[in-house]
Amino acid sequence: MARISSLSEAITDAVRDGDTLALEGFTHLIPHAAGHEIVRQGRKGLTLIRMTPDLIYDQLIGMGCASRLVFSWGGNPGVGSLHRLRDAVENGWPQKLELEEHSHAAMANAYEAGAAGLPCAIFRGYIGGDLPKVNAKIKRVTCPFTGEELAAIPAHRPDVAVIHAQRADRAGNVMIEGVLGVQKEAVLASKRSVVTVEEIVDELPERSLNAVVLPYWTIQHVVAVPGGAFPSYAQGYYARNNAFYKKWDDIARERDTFLAWMKANVLEKGPEAFAQYTRKTRAAAD
Amino acid sequence: MADYKPTEMMTIAAARALRNDDVCFVGIGQPSAACNLARLTHAPDIVLIYESGTLATKPNVLPLSIGDGELCETALTTVPVPEMFRYWLQGSRIKVGFLGGAQIDKFANLNTTVVGPYDKPKVRLPGGGGAPEIATSCGEIFIIMAQGKRSFVDRLDFVTSIGHVAGGDSRARLGVKTKGPTKLITDLALFEPDPETKEMTVVSLHPGVTRAQVQDNTGWPVKFAAQVAETPPPTARELEVLRELHARTNRAHSEAA
Repeated sequence: MARISSLSEAITDAVRDGDTLALEGFTHLIPHAAGHEIVRQGRKGLTLIRMTPDLIYDQLIGMGCASRLVFSWGGNPGVGSLHRLRDAVENGWPQKLELEEHSHAAMANAYEAGAAGLPCAIFRGYIGGDLPKVNAKIKRVTCPFTGEELAAIPAHRPDVAVIHAQRADRAGNVMIEGVLGVQKEAVLASKRSVVTVEEIVDELPERSLNAVVLPYWTIQHVVAVPGGAFPSYAQGYYARNNAFYKKWDDIARERDTFLAWMKANVLEKGPEAFAQYTRKTRAAAD
Repeated sequence: MADYKPTEMMTIAAARALRNDDVCFVGIGQPSAACNLARLTHAPDIVLIYESGTLATKPNVLPLSIGDGELCETALTTVPVPEMFRYWLQGSRIKVGFLGGAQIDKFANLNTTVVGPYDKPKVRLPGGGGAPEIATSCGEIFIIMAQGKRSFVDRLDFVTSIGHVAGGDSRARLGVKTKGPTKLITDLALFEPDPETKEMTVVSLHPGVTRAQVQDNTGWPVKFAAQVAETPPPTARELEVLRELHARTNRAHSEAA
């Protein structure tokens, strides 16, 4: 049952050391502010699941919150490497990071299976490549009807899903628009969930009869964090800040510049710091 | 003939490979530039699909990421990512998959995972993303990559997505019914698979490029087709549209918060 919470209350209640966590977002609606709160609260030993780990996972990994990563594409899209992820994998800094590596199709299917309450996902994939050689969870099953060999992997059942969305109503029903990623599946697959939103409104706006809405009784915490996806974007609110994604390459390249940035922009700040990004963009648009 | 860069020739040659009635799954970076150039020139009706779920998108600037808002706003519709991979890709509704990679071998198998051993990589690359299933589920695959000895290698450190595997009928023997890589477009040449061996073979050299140049930038002994054509140089219109697209894109991506 959704509770309207502060961000620190929500993370304190939902996220525990050693949890398996999915902070999802496929370029769009990435829950940066919630990720920062997890860093501030100093969570350790997390298993992080994400199709496209990008800047917020680079930050969680570089700050020593994660010991394991389940993923399918880890990079700064269109820019290059995630330097903190690479430093952890290549040099074990600040700690070793175990990898469980998949393809996008596998990850998307595993979330869907988790949401559907199934133990595993079955799909046509992983044919001929090397990923099954380095990931023991990739198995093959035979279709009992046609005899076709298919790929199978365990369903994702995270302890916690953390997502960002455009808006919720006061009961905590959450509406998502635009690039949807696997956010709905991640929430429905998880035991607990935290949803940050751009705004909490009296009533959800006029919408398509088939709008994507997560009902309040599927969510534990709803938190208003305007600008909370920055430098990712919230369709209808603010655009992706591609310039910042490019800048991150310099910030994260060296350990000391990374740690200095995290201290100034995460450890010494709170979620209210995100509001400026939505305001600035709106002012520029006016 | 206008002056142009080898990468511009590569993008333009790649764009020409696409047809107006194609339904194309677009990788980010070079493939995205080629696909949109095709849409803005000879293939206005081409259906471009990005793995973020955007169907029939018509971006005005190239997206930096696979899910920029520009793709969603200009799409016919945007579907959830699991649906994209299940109904559209796995459901065999996509004719051409357009990929790039970090390493490629002579059978057009691709590596985007690691350089060096998997457990102790010299360079940890981003990983496969959608490529492993794009490579087997799309009707055929086009690959765009600039040539060099470090990227065109005799032996891949890791096979992220398959091309023609070990050549001959080895791809089909894995039970894969799609064609696999039918075109490899580089900054020097156009390669197509030999009908029998499936080895990627030079069928066209870009203007001014020599066979020796292609060999010097390839980590295996390059095969040339019996008849090697010369790629027609970029037309003034192709160059103009590509440069305008890049200029619009650079302006859009450097806007600060």
